[in-house]
Amino acid sequence: MQSLIFYLEPWEFSPTVLLACLLPTAAYLRGLVLTRRAGGTIGFWPPLSYFVGVALIYISLQTYADFLSQHMFWVHRLQQGILHHIAPFLVTLAAPWEIMARGTPRVLRERILRPVLGNRTVQLLYRVLQHPLVAPTIFVGLLYFWLIPSVHFTAMLDVYRYNAMNWSMVVDGMFFWWIMLAPRSAQGHASIAYPLRVVIFFIVMLFQIVLGAYITLHGSVLYTVYALCGRVWNINPMTDQQWGGLLTWVLPSMMCVLGILVVLRRMLHEPDTRPVAASAMAGVSGQ
Amino acid sequence: MITKHAGICRRWTAATAVLVLTFMAACSRPQPWLLPNITGLSPALKFRMTDDAGQTVDAASYRGKVVLLYFGYTHCKDICPDTLAKLASAIQGLGHEATNVRVLFVTVDPSRDTVAVLHRYVRAFGRQFVGLRGSNGQLEALAKRYRVVYTHAPHDAHGDYIVAHSIGVFIFDRSGKARLLATDTDSVGDITHDLQLLLRSG
Repeated sequence: MQSLIFYLEPWEFSPTVLLACLLPTAAYLRGLVLTRRAGGTIGFWPPLSYFVGVALIYISLQTYADFLSQHMFWVHRLQQGILHHIAPFLVTLAAPWEIMARGTPRVLRERILRPVLGNRTVQLLYRVLQHPLVAPTIFVGLLYFWLIPSVHFTAMLDVYRYNAMNWSMVVDGMFFWWIMLAPRSAQGHASIAYPLRVVIFFIVMLFQIVLGAYITLHGSVLYTVYALCGRVWNINPMTDQQWGGLLTWVLPSMMCVLGILVVLRRMLHEPDTRPVAASAMAGVSGQ
Repeated sequence: MITKHAGICRRWTAATAVLVLTFMAACSRPQPWLLPNITGLSPALKFRMTDDAGQTVDAASYRGKVVLLYFGYTHCKDICPDTLAKLASAIQGLGHEATNVRVLFVTVDPSRDTVAVLHRYVRAFGRQFVGLRGSNGQLEALAKRYRVVYTHAPHDAHGDYIVAHSIGVFIFDRSGKARLLATDTDSVGDITHDLQLLLRSG
């Protein structure tokens, strides 16, 4: 029992992480109750997907797992894979925003959320970030940026940069997977057509594979900071780097494949009425 | 029409070139240091422990000295003696300025490294070497502060065990600010060079 508490205890307690996980979850829970009371159906899988996603974020950022991630390259890659890919994928798959908005106290919703989301600058920013060229560039760019050896070195020594790295993964992950997975009906008129999303997933996957392969097959240690600060388990630095490279290679690609499956399913169940999209869809399914 | 377009293009190209060059100039400012620079990354020196003379010491006890912080243990067979010997040579190269340098050797094995054991061990490397021993809490706090880790391996048949630990040497200036992080691949000459710069920069 005591060892269990040890593993769940925050390694570096951060009220930000706790609140960022708790507040949306509280709003979501309240929204679930209100929806059910109003006679709405929610189903079993969306809430489960949401809760598992948030739990994964909390575990990766606040428990002993975070300590391991700071001191083992491959665990770090697994953590980043969870923060950037798996957890946001699960949360956005649940499409929790509507329920969350319903569960948010009225004053907060009307006085703060609605004006902020309706603000023209915010809308413009959203539309720029949602652009089919911008969104994947930021998504892949962040992945590459934090893995530049000199940048990685500073991120693992400086606690502020370390937190910036983790938060950039979560925030960008949520955004990217939302615009890539959500049904078009929930996204407004600037949303990306399904066939184009499939193409984007393929290109993103390609860049991730190149990076993962580069790290895995590199002949010398790229990230020296783990030796300088010590590894938790006795593991050869090259093995550590190869495992980390493989995780960068396989795990994100796997999530992109799952993303493609989700998008294909949406295409089949809610076909786009526009002729351009329909013909492109025929091209994709004919491959 | 075409010439006008070309003119705009040229202007944009020129503007971009200026931007890129400014950026490159900002990035490639000459670096005086030969060791990896960690100024602004790791926090300032802060601890409270017992030194190898049995006195309670903290960061203020070493203000005014250039401090080299290293984690290790006296039963360590290779990396600790190698590193400490390298630091001793680097300090020797400083000549009379060596009096303003201290190497703090923090033991990650306080159960075997008593104050007396530490004292004998560090004195073998020189007068600038200080052994530090903390309670579990003090040691954990210091390791966490510099994001370093040490792991005790299981005991063998003779009750002997190894402790895996960090190999970096954190170097602080006279005011206690973290400035450089020496690695096992840095040469004695490079370390001496940077220590000299640090000592002269006040």
